[in-house]
Amino acid sequence: MINPDAKTILSVKDLHASVDGIEILKGLNLEVKAGEIHAIMGLNGSGKSTFSKVLAGHPDYEVTSGTIEFNGQDISELEPHERATAGVFLAFQYPLEIPGVSNREFLRVAYNAHRKARGEEEIDVFDFDDLIEEKTEIVKMNVSFLDRSVNEGFSGGEKKRNEILQMALLEPSLAILDETDSGLDIDALKTVAEGVNKLATPNSANLVITHYQRLLNYIVPDYVHVMCDGHIIKTGSRELALALEAKGYEWLLEEQAVAS
Amino acid sequence: MSATSTAVVQRDRYLADLLNQATLAAEGSSLSLASLRATARALVQERTFPSNRDEEWRFTDLSSMLAVPFQAAPTMDGATLAQATDLLQTLTLGEASGRVVFVNGTYAQDLSTLPPAVQVLSQTGTLPDELGQIQGGNEVFTALNTAGFTDAAIVRIGKNSVLEQPLQLIYLTMGHQLLVQPRCLVIAESGSAATLVEEFHGVGASFTNSVSEIWVHDNAEITHLRLQQESTEAVHIGKTAISQARDSRYRNTTLNFGASISRHNIEVYQTGTQTETTLNGLTAIGDKQLADTHSLVALNHPHGVANQLQKNIMDDRSHGVFNGKVYVPQQAQLTNASQLNRNLLLSPKSRVDTKPELDIVADDVKCAHGATVSQLAPDELFYLQSRGINRDQAQRLLIYAFAMEMIEPLSVASLRERMTQYIQQWTV
Repeated sequence: MINPDAKTILSVKDLHASVDGIEILKGLNLEVKAGEIHAIMGLNGSGKSTFSKVLAGHPDYEVTSGTIEFNGQDISELEPHERATAGVFLAFQYPLEIPGVSNREFLRVAYNAHRKARGEEEIDVFDFDDLIEEKTEIVKMNVSFLDRSVNEGFSGGEKKRNEILQMALLEPSLAILDETDSGLDIDALKTVAEGVNKLATPNSANLVITHYQRLLNYIVPDYVHVMCDGHIIKTGSRELALALEAKGYEWLLEEQAVAS
Repeated sequence: MSATSTAVVQRDRYLADLLNQATLAAEGSSLSLASLRATARALVQERTFPSNRDEEWRFTDLSSMLAVPFQAAPTMDGATLAQATDLLQTLTLGEASGRVVFVNGTYAQDLSTLPPAVQVLSQTGTLPDELGQIQGGNEVFTALNTAGFTDAAIVRIGKNSVLEQPLQLIYLTMGHQLLVQPRCLVIAESGSAATLVEEFHGVGASFTNSVSEIWVHDNAEITHLRLQQESTEAVHIGKTAISQARDSRYRNTTLNFGASISRHNIEVYQTGTQTETTLNGLTAIGDKQLADTHSLVALNHPHGVANQLQKNIMDDRSHGVFNGKVYVPQQAQLTNASQLNRNLLLSPKSRVDTKPELDIVADDVKCAHGATVSQLAPDELFYLQSRGINRDQAQRLLIYAFAMEMIEPLSVASLRERMTQYIQQWTV
């Protein structure tokens, strides 16, 4: 939902970032306001997944210049956990399996880390159980998944549901969904998208990273950005995604080549 | 004389001194085992004290022991009894029937309640035929124990008898510069089943040299939990030898946390077909501790199943060693064996030496092995951090998870709980 008076949640200016000395992001600009849903599309290797990891603070990626302001604060020097408690949430393309750590324990530790960062007391085990079981309904997850090791042996769909469950619990002001549709059948995709839509608030924003416009049928974006070679080459409305689906990326790249 | 031969003489003398102390201890005990002792003494006399030049001791350096003249332990005094009593309060197993306590190798009657399945050699005086009969008894430390042990627990589980409650044996080593040699013999008669918990604890810089022999007869089943949590100044060398008959099942979990230098030799000898063997181990050490696990699974008959998982966590400047031998000779067709050794190095100064040694001659078998050495996976850490968990807490959670894979399956609930608490504290 576009509201010109909404506050700015994310403001990225001329962002350059590299991994192992190779520059991947080459001057990326993006502004996201509260209530908005932005989609970032692009071919493999365009830098869109790198962008999501840079936002979340992955240690392999180095910001070489530019700024990332989040709710008015420059977060580019913050540790990943500090960004998380400030309200950045990355739903992973490939959520990690962590054998031996129960999902329930992991979620409780994460939730309490957020409470602690807000200066609130830790929630006890029983209150947490009530809270988390309520949240599982948002993603239609069977509560038995809470007592298994984090993502261990989960199917692709279950892993993605578990990501959205974490989002439901942590209530971020910016959720970045990195290729959340990859590996999902249509039912799982709908469930995940419904979960994301239920969690949308006028005070938070979503950044949806995807190759295909399929997910955007269910999570409808206000803006569509196309990334190529480390920066955004075109921004449009939802129709841009539909055009990409119909015509592929070539015309856009050619148009870009002609313009430059 | 060259430096090398001087060192050999020094080690020979040291071993002779240890044997003298063992003999002194043996003479002080009421046990009459004359021929067994004489054979063992002769075996020790033929040997020298191991050095890093011995393949079996390549990574485990015992040279620091040479400076310490370990002595036969004196009779327990009042202060030691009080200390032992305190220590025992932390070791209660709610589920166990009775408790068998040895202090410095000698049965502590006042601290024990013997369950019906357990006798103590010093009290019965009857030497079971099985004592000292499992293969591998000529290894130097095993022979040293046989030459000098002062008492032994004799566990006999009668034919077809199933013990619901676990048996708890506690060996305490209390004091400085003592040579302590606990001994245990377990005979699980055919069709029987039992759970055995052996625990090694103590205070002070002493040397514990233990031997446990376990006979698992036809169709019998032994679950064996071995905990080594001795003083971090201590030296611990332990032998667990198992003889497995036809259709028997033996499951071992060994937890190594204590001692400055520890070595556990666990050896399984198969004497019939269709045996099942499970060896699980967890070592968690820090500071300058060294913990060495040497295992041997010697199959000799068809249709054996053997699974082994050894996990080691090394912090600070600690050093882990794993050597896992699996023998599958021609006659052991249709064996199904797996071995995995996983190591987690928590500090740049920590170290592990791992050596799987599979000797497979039979051609119709399934055998798999692997060894991994890793640090905490950066991607797993990032995943946890991206949910607001700080790096330190994320590391602790991952170490805890790595260790708990070995603790969670423990079948004795109160021990599982005690070990869970230990791991929680250890990871802080």
